[in-house]
Amino acid sequence: MTADDVVGRLESGMTVGIGGWGSRRKPMALVRALLRSDITDLTVVSYGGPDVGLLAAAGRIRKLVTAFGTLDSVPLEPHFTAARQRGAFEMVELDEAMMMWGLTAGAQRLPFMPVRAGLGSDLMEVNPALRTVTSPYEDGEKLVAAPALRLDAALVHLNRCDAQGNGQYLGPDPYFDDLFCEAADQSYVSCERIVETADLLKEHGPQTLLVKRLFVDGVVETPNGAHFTSCVPDHDRDESFQRAYVRAARDPEAWPAFVARFLSGDEAAYQAAVTAFHQEEEA
Amino acid sequence: MSRTETGAAAPASRAEYCVVACAEAWRDAGEILASPMGTVPAVGARLAKLTFSPDLLLTDGEALLMGDTPAIGARPGSVEGWLPFRQHLTLTATGRRHVMMGASQLDRHGNQNISCIGDWARPTRQLLGVRGAPVNTLNNPTSYWVPKHSARVFVEHVDMVSGVGYDRAAAAGPSATRYHRIPGVITDLGVFDFETPDRTMRIRSLHPGIGVDQVTAATGFALSVPDDVPLTREPTEAELRLIREVIDPKGLREREVPA
Repeated sequence: MTADDVVGRLESGMTVGIGGWGSRRKPMALVRALLRSDITDLTVVSYGGPDVGLLAAAGRIRKLVTAFGTLDSVPLEPHFTAARQRGAFEMVELDEAMMMWGLTAGAQRLPFMPVRAGLGSDLMEVNPALRTVTSPYEDGEKLVAAPALRLDAALVHLNRCDAQGNGQYLGPDPYFDDLFCEAADQSYVSCERIVETADLLKEHGPQTLLVKRLFVDGVVETPNGAHFTSCVPDHDRDESFQRAYVRAARDPEAWPAFVARFLSGDEAAYQAAVTAFHQEEEA
Repeated sequence: MSRTETGAAAPASRAEYCVVACAEAWRDAGEILASPMGTVPAVGARLAKLTFSPDLLLTDGEALLMGDTPAIGARPGSVEGWLPFRQHLTLTATGRRHVMMGASQLDRHGNQNISCIGDWARPTRQLLGVRGAPVNTLNNPTSYWVPKHSARVFVEHVDMVSGVGYDRAAAAGPSATRYHRIPGVITDLGVFDFETPDRTMRIRSLHPGIGVDQVTAATGFALSVPDDVPLTREPTEAELRLIREVIDPKGLREREVPA
């Protein structure tokens, strides 16, 4: 598949989960393909990074489910903060762990998972739909029922995949990518390189096989497709490009030029523009 | 060790008092994960591990548990374990962790805000989001580090309770109070705790050169002030050497807390 084929399977109004964490291993090529489409009105579930920022800046998000918006080495995601400050979308703010258990419930076809997180915090106030449950056992504890997060579609980016959709991560952290795929009706995996199934374990142990093909509906080879977020060991975060993104995102007058330069063409045009950006930097 | 001409160690800087105060938060903590956020807490956690709390576990800031105690910014020379985000979140629920978080706002009951300033529905300033503050505060000891003590941070009421304070935990009931504990708050001015009958913030110690008036003026609520306000303890010569030569030779701590 191509990234545009993936987006062709999506529709406006869907609930879309996006893997990765902050500015790490985000399926940015798929996000860029979404930006090229006219899909909008999305409910986005994400441990938010520039995926959320770009979709928010383009006005594609109706509702955001997240615990944060950050670029890691730059603490605040500028488009996320600006969008929140202008009330650009509805927000469901959850705790990091509550979100993990919500995805777990979504994957396991359960309505909720009990968690302690949330009690006493303003999460209970700003999410009036959040409910508590009382343990049916002797302890009788009152806990939060983290609601299932079930997704119409999940988008994740991994290091390697075979053509059937068996996905492999080679970095230090799986994040929650397998969970996103299991919680979704359809899942799409982009990867740095598609390899033969027999080659998946040539250099790495079986525990690197994170995503199973029975939870994957399509695979896209997108070298450097997580750019500018990190996708170690294939590549680190592109810090200088991220800084350029932040500068442009913080300046409403500079942003259209950034869009014109980097986001107005296809993925090949994006990657070429990034290469040119670095050549200019070195010059 | 940097020495003056007389051979004595250069006196401890404000940042170094802060480092030692942060390290003290993990004294007698046993075999748990120390999760410091910010440079000074990170230096403090490493100091604690190299001195009085050798059993602490520390991460590299990503998914690895370090087998040694490298300088800030350096890679670990050995790795003793793996702790990706999902294991980190589940470890929090086991309670075997003491996190030291930042706070954009903190009130006298220890309610912390890192989410947003203003009305949550339409914030005047969106910050990070609650991140893991709700799960942290209800499951494992959570201390706070505030590098610039001011009335903008220490407010009467926080705009969005992210980390749960003592009053809010009590109101939420036994499930919330069961594992809730805020051992302390460390700032560039002093060390604070909630060891009062009504569990409100009081001065535990002030760093040398800091007066009670200065602290109360920089705090937007009434602090409990004990009759005798002790000084934050002096770093030992060995601790200063570890901080300056081993843990933070580049002096990053001085950027977070300028002299």
